[in-house]
Amino acid sequence: MTDRVRAGLRTSCERGRWVPERALVRQWRELDDGAAPAHYSAGRDPPAREPDLRPLCILAFVVVFGVLAVPVAPAQEGAANARGKELYDKWCAECHGETGAGDGAAATHMLPRPRDFTRAVFQIRTTASGELATDDDLRRIIDEGMPGTAMPGWRGRLNAADRDAVIAYLKTFSTFFEGATPQPITLGRAPRGTAEGIAEGRAVFEKLECFKCHGELGRGDGQSAPTLTDDWDQPIHAADLSESWNFNGGSTVQQIYTRLRTGLDGTPMPSFSDAIDANVITDEQLWRVARYVRSLSPEEPPRPRDVIRAAVVARLPAGPEDSAWAMVEPAYVPLVGQIVVKPRWFGPAVTAVWVQALHDGQTLALRLTWHDRSSSPDPAWDEWLGRMRDAMSDGDAPVAAEQGPDRLHVQFPVRWSDDVERPYFLGGSARRPVSLWRWSSDGDMLQEGTSTGLGRFTPAAAGNATHSARYDRGEWALQVSRPLVPADSAAAIPFMPGRAIPIAFFAADGSNGEDDVRGAVSAWYAVYLDVPAPPRVYVAPVVAVLVSAGLGLLVVREAQKQAGRLNRREG
Amino acid sequence: MKHVMLSATILTVGLLGSAAGPMAQGGSVTGTVKFSGTPPANPKVDMSDEAACKGKYPTDPVITVTGGNLQNVLVYVKSGLPAGPKVTAPTTPVVVDQEGCLYHPRTLAVMAGQPLEIRNSDPVLHNIKVVAKKNRGFNISQPAKGMKTTRTFTAQEIAIPVACNVHGWMHANLNVFAHPFFAVTGADGSFTLKGLPAGTYEVEAWHEKLGTQTMSVAVPATGSAAATFTFKAGS
Repeated sequence: MTDRVRAGLRTSCERGRWVPERALVRQWRELDDGAAPAHYSAGRDPPAREPDLRPLCILAFVVVFGVLAVPVAPAQEGAANARGKELYDKWCAECHGETGAGDGAAATHMLPRPRDFTRAVFQIRTTASGELATDDDLRRIIDEGMPGTAMPGWRGRLNAADRDAVIAYLKTFSTFFEGATPQPITLGRAPRGTAEGIAEGRAVFEKLECFKCHGELGRGDGQSAPTLTDDWDQPIHAADLSESWNFNGGSTVQQIYTRLRTGLDGTPMPSFSDAIDANVITDEQLWRVARYVRSLSPEEPPRPRDVIRAAVVARLPAGPEDSAWAMVEPAYVPLVGQIVVKPRWFGPAVTAVWVQALHDGQTLALRLTWHDRSSSPDPAWDEWLGRMRDAMSDGDAPVAAEQGPDRLHVQFPVRWSDDVERPYFLGGSARRPVSLWRWSSDGDMLQEGTSTGLGRFTPAAAGNATHSARYDRGEWALQVSRPLVPADSAAAIPFMPGRAIPIAFFAADGSNGEDDVRGAVSAWYAVYLDVPAPPRVYVAPVVAVLVSAGLGLLVVREAQKQAGRLNRREG
Repeated sequence: MKHVMLSATILTVGLLGSAAGPMAQGGSVTGTVKFSGTPPANPKVDMSDEAACKGKYPTDPVITVTGGNLQNVLVYVKSGLPAGPKVTAPTTPVVVDQEGCLYHPRTLAVMAGQPLEIRNSDPVLHNIKVVAKKNRGFNISQPAKGMKTTRTFTAQEIAIPVACNVHGWMHANLNVFAHPFFAVTGADGSFTLKGLPAGTYEVEAWHEKLGTQTMSVAVPATGSAAATFTFKAGS
C-alpha cells in the first residue's frame, strides 16, 4: 500500500460518521501498521461479534485513491517551509488540493467539501465573524479533527513542530494571513446551570428563531433547512442539535456558546455577538441557549453495542407511539454511506438508527427510530435534491431528478448457521442470502422477502410481519412485529429466545437523492431474545413460603400445647 | 416608494463621496440607464411561511423598469483614472434596510472604509451573509426589529453576494470601490459621476441579471459628458 492510499484510508475511515467506534480506529491503526487482524487478512467475513465497517472503507478508498498514487508536481514553495509543504502534500493535498483550494481528488466525494484555504474562511474559530482563525484555532482543528466531517484528528500522528509547519504552510495559500495577527474575542464565563436556565435557554432559542433552520426539536428540519448552501454553493444541512457528537466544533456548552458568538463562517450559521452589542439579548441568555442546545443530546456520546436485548413482556406495545416503549433503552446503531455497490453514496443523510426490542414469547416487536429531515417526497426539498444532484452526481450514475420515498431495511440471515460466518453485510449473497424487511414511506408499505445482494430482492409470497410508522418533526418511528416462528420457516428465520439473531440496517432519505442502493448502511449487530421464565419460577417461591409458614405454625402450636400441659400440671 | 427613496439616498451618498475628494472641481459623467423592450417577469417569491412578510412582495424585483428607465444599475469608472492622492472615504454610511423580507436597495455601493449600515425593519430573524473574495466576508444575525449593524470593507470588489439564509430568496449585491466615481441608478435610471479630472475613461454599467456594458467617455476639465446605456432582455 502506498503512503498516499494509506493517507486516504486514514483520513476517511476515521471520520466520526463512517467509523462509529474508537475500537475500529484502533484496529485501523493495527492494519495500517501492517498487523492486520487475522480475520481480515484471511479475506473472510468478520467474526460474529464486532460491527465491522472496514470492508466499506477499504473498498471505497482503494477505488477512490487507487488511481491517484501518482507523484504530485512540485507546487510553489511556501517561504522556506519545506517541511510544511512536504507534510501538506503528503497528508492534506488529497482532500484540500495542492493549491489549498479545497479541490483535491477526493473532494467531490465529500460533503461538506474539504476546506478551501485560499479564501481563509474558517468555520471553527475564537475570533469574530469574518476574521481569520488564530494559530491556536487551526492547531485545535488539526489535532482534534472535525466531528461530523471527513476531517480526522492528527494528534499522535503529527508532532507539534510538524503540525505548526503545516499551519504555516497552509496560511501561505491566502494573502489575508500576511502580517495578520487575528485576536480571539473575549468570552465571559458560563452562568450556573439550572433546570430553569435550560427552560429559559429554550425560550431564547425560540425568540432568536433558531428553529427556522434547526427545527422545533432541533433535528435540523426547520423550514429554511432545504434551502441552505455554504459559501461555495454546496448544499449544507442545518445541524441536528440532538447529535452533539457530530458538532463540527465540539459538543461542550463552552464550545457551543463560542459558535453562537463567532458564527460558523462559510456556513449559514451567523454570529450572535452583534445581537448582544445591540442589547437584543444578553450574554447570559446566549449561554443559556448553549446549555439548552447541549441538553438536546445525551450527556455522553452514544456507543454502539453489539447486542440489542429484547426483554420479555406480557403485552407488546400497540405501535411506535405506545408509551410502553419509553421503558426500553434504545440501542444506537450508527450508519455510514453505502460506498461499495454502484451507484455509491458519499452524502448520506441518516446518521443512525435507534433500535428497541421486546417480545412476549410469541412475537418479536422492534421499534426503529431515525432522524430524517423530511418525510419524502416533500416539495419543499426539491431545491435541495437539485443541489445534491449537482454536488454528488460525480462518478457513478447521476442522482435521480425526482425524490423517492424514505426507506428502511432490516435484514436477518435466512437461516441459522452454526459457524461464525454471517452473510455479506450488504444484502447477503447468492450463497448466503438474507431475509429482508423493506419499509418504504411510499404508501407506508412493508415488503418481506429474500435478498442475494444489495438491490437483488425477491418478494415473499406471503408476509408474516405487521408494522406501523409515523413521522414527527424530523424523526421516523417504525414498529415492526413478527411471530417468533414464521409461517414459512424456509423463507424466514425463526427467532429463538436465548439466541442472538444477527441483524443489520439500511436507511435512505428520498429527498436527499437516496434512491436504489444509495443510502446508509450498518454493520451486523445482534438481537438477543430473553428466555421467558418458566411457570415454576413464579410458583416455587410461593409454595416454599406457604410450606415454611405452615411448618412454623405447626411448631408454634405444638409448643403452645406443651406449655398448656405444663401449666395445668403445675396448677 | 420606500426603496426608491433609499436608492436616491445611495445616489446622493455617491455624489457626496465624490464631492468630498480633492478632485471635486473636475468634470463629470451624467447619463441614464435605459431598458428597451418588455422587461422579463421577475421571479415569484413565496413568503407564505413567514407571517411578518407574507404577501408584501409577490415577486423579487430583480429587474425594475419605470418608464423605460432601469433601476439598480451600478455605474462606475472602470479604468483610466490617473494615479493621484488617495481620496478619503466618506463617513456617511450607506444604508441597506431589510423590510418585507427583501433588501432595499438591492444594489449597494460603498467606498473602501465607508460604513455600510445594515438595518432590520422586520420583526423576524434575518442573518446577513456576505461572501467576499478580496474583502473579509461575514455572517451576522439580526434577530430583532430595529437592530442596526455597521461594517466596513477594505478592497475594491464588484458584485459581492449578500444573502439571508433564513429567507432563501433574499439577495443583494455589494460593491466596494477604491475611488469615489460610482453611482447606483434610482427609479429614473439616472446617474452622475462627479469630480473627474479631464481624461478618457472606461465607464461600466453593471446589472446583477442583465450583465455589463462599457463605453469610453471623454470627460472635459469642467462640465459634463453624457453617457446613456441601454440594456435589453437577454442582453
